[in-house]
Amino acid sequence: MSTETRSTSRRALLVKVGLFLNGIVGVALAVPIVRYLLSPLAREKNPGYQSWLSLGQLAQFPAGQTRLATYRNPIVNPGDGQTANIACWVRNVDDRTFQVFAINCAHLGCPVRWFPQSNLFMCPCHGGAYYQDGSRASGPPERGLFQYQHKIEAGNLFIQAGELPTPGQPVAIKLGGKSPCACEPPCA
Amino acid sequence: MRLIEKIVAWFDLRLQLGAPIGDIAKHQVPRSSASWFYVFGSAALTVFILQIVTGILLALIYVPSAGEAWDSLQILNHNVALGWFIRALHGWGSNFMVAIVLIHMVQVFLFGAYKFPRELTWIVGVLLLLVTLGMAFTGQILRFDQDAYWGLGIGASIVSRVPLIGPWAVRLMLGGPIIAGVTLSRFFALHVFVIPGVLIAFVGVHLLMVLKLGVNEWPMPGRIVRRATYLQEYRELTHKDGVPFVPDAIWKDIVFAAFVLLSIALCAVYFGPFGPSGQPDPTIIQTAPSPDYFFLWLYALLSYLPPSAETPILLIGPAIAIVVLLGLPFFAGEGEKSWKRRPIAVLVILLLAVGLGALTHLGTYTPWSPVMNAWSSLPIPSAYLRGRTALERRGALVFQAKQCHNCHPR
Repeated sequence: MSTETRSTSRRALLVKVGLFLNGIVGVALAVPIVRYLLSPLAREKNPGYQSWLSLGQLAQFPAGQTRLATYRNPIVNPGDGQTANIACWVRNVDDRTFQVFAINCAHLGCPVRWFPQSNLFMCPCHGGAYYQDGSRASGPPERGLFQYQHKIEAGNLFIQAGELPTPGQPVAIKLGGKSPCACEPPCA
Repeated sequence: MRLIEKIVAWFDLRLQLGAPIGDIAKHQVPRSSASWFYVFGSAALTVFILQIVTGILLALIYVPSAGEAWDSLQILNHNVALGWFIRALHGWGSNFMVAIVLIHMVQVFLFGAYKFPRELTWIVGVLLLLVTLGMAFTGQILRFDQDAYWGLGIGASIVSRVPLIGPWAVRLMLGGPIIAGVTLSRFFALHVFVIPGVLIAFVGVHLLMVLKLGVNEWPMPGRIVRRATYLQEYRELTHKDGVPFVPDAIWKDIVFAAFVLLSIALCAVYFGPFGPSGQPDPTIIQTAPSPDYFFLWLYALLSYLPPSAETPILLIGPAIAIVVLLGLPFFAGEGEKSWKRRPIAVLVILLLAVGLGALTHLGTYTPWSPVMNAWSSLPIPSAYLRGRTALERRGALVFQAKQCHNCHPR
């Protein structure tokens, strides 16, 4: 009886040792698996989140008009196809001042369209509308259109782009309109 | 005949499945539950099996690459013999599956079947509803067209609003900085491997509990569920007034399953496959994206919520709904089962049906959206022309030319 108990407990110990070994191997495997899964978060290893890209010659964007421009995303993977082509709206105010708006509505990201006769951007999804300077006119958006940083070099218009603008993104909040969380100035 | 029996006996000696299958088939169910109201669970399972079969058939041709998915759907629709029919079966099967799961849930709720001792069956059922909706959403993404592309943008915009972790969650969802090839790949993995795996596991647990605990008896007004006495009462009920599951109850399940499969096939033949709509090219902005039928109510809700309340409602609302559904059997685990004595339960279902129905209906014609070509293509509203002066008619022209008509239909 006593030998049986002892041998059982020895086997029970061996089971525990076995489980412990599996635990160590499990953790050793989990670390690379989790890092693999979280790889989209490692920005420093994923160049192209924000790069300077050319939208082309300034002559394409006449003064006083808002024109559609397209660019190829800075990082393209083999399977991306057309999805790496992104559109944006370029507004040339007076040949010195430019505004470059993201195509994505600041509400939920649908493609906004420019209507030159009414001087409005309209969104086909949930009815958001914006004035020509990108500020909110009506509908569900809480803020104005997202804007890209831009510069003019050698007669070309460059924008800093590479990431889908979304309402919760710090970069987008910095660049255009107010944050959904921020107060109006009087309440600050 | 003797040969068949011998072969069966040869397999059963090794598999030893005959006895347990026989027990399952002959297990007693309350006579009252051998009813046409009890066929929706098995119907949902039938449609799920159809979805697995048609899904595998589609995977023979479909290419989960952002550059080629849309083309492979065109090939399925036009170049592969009856490819359009398999796509239509899978698309209509998905609509039927969501509908049947919802009907099953309403029936279970109104019949008090979530009460003791079937709380966990209900909880797994709620999880099954969530994974079914997850299948519907990810499936809509795999039909990689304009609606799928901008639908991902909407998903990313909603996810980005989660406090603190929003932007990181967006990058995890998209697999990178923009909606691109990796995004489709991960939705393919979710739709084909991850969610179906979870779904099969949950279905197994759900069915096991239905067998172990017995199917809910037909609720009688005044027959109160008490934890102390219910199990004994149920045992007596199935003993005294029970019928074997096979054949007394199952024939209705089988007939209804055939009816559902036939309905799906008829819809597939008559209406054909869903899309794909335009190519997933983000530079083609002449598009009005809209979600599939079962998410239209959400589309309408997102248009009507006041801007300031939208983010909190969007993020907290679903969490509350899920907690309420999961918690239901814990705060109403005993008591009256019959809908005839549960007016609030009936009222809740009616309110939800009217609310979701109204929002879905609005989602089909989107009265909040500007009509992008109204200024150029639609006639001037007759109210601005009939009986108007020449000056007013000039005004009507301004109304049209200045694109006011897009947002102001009359």
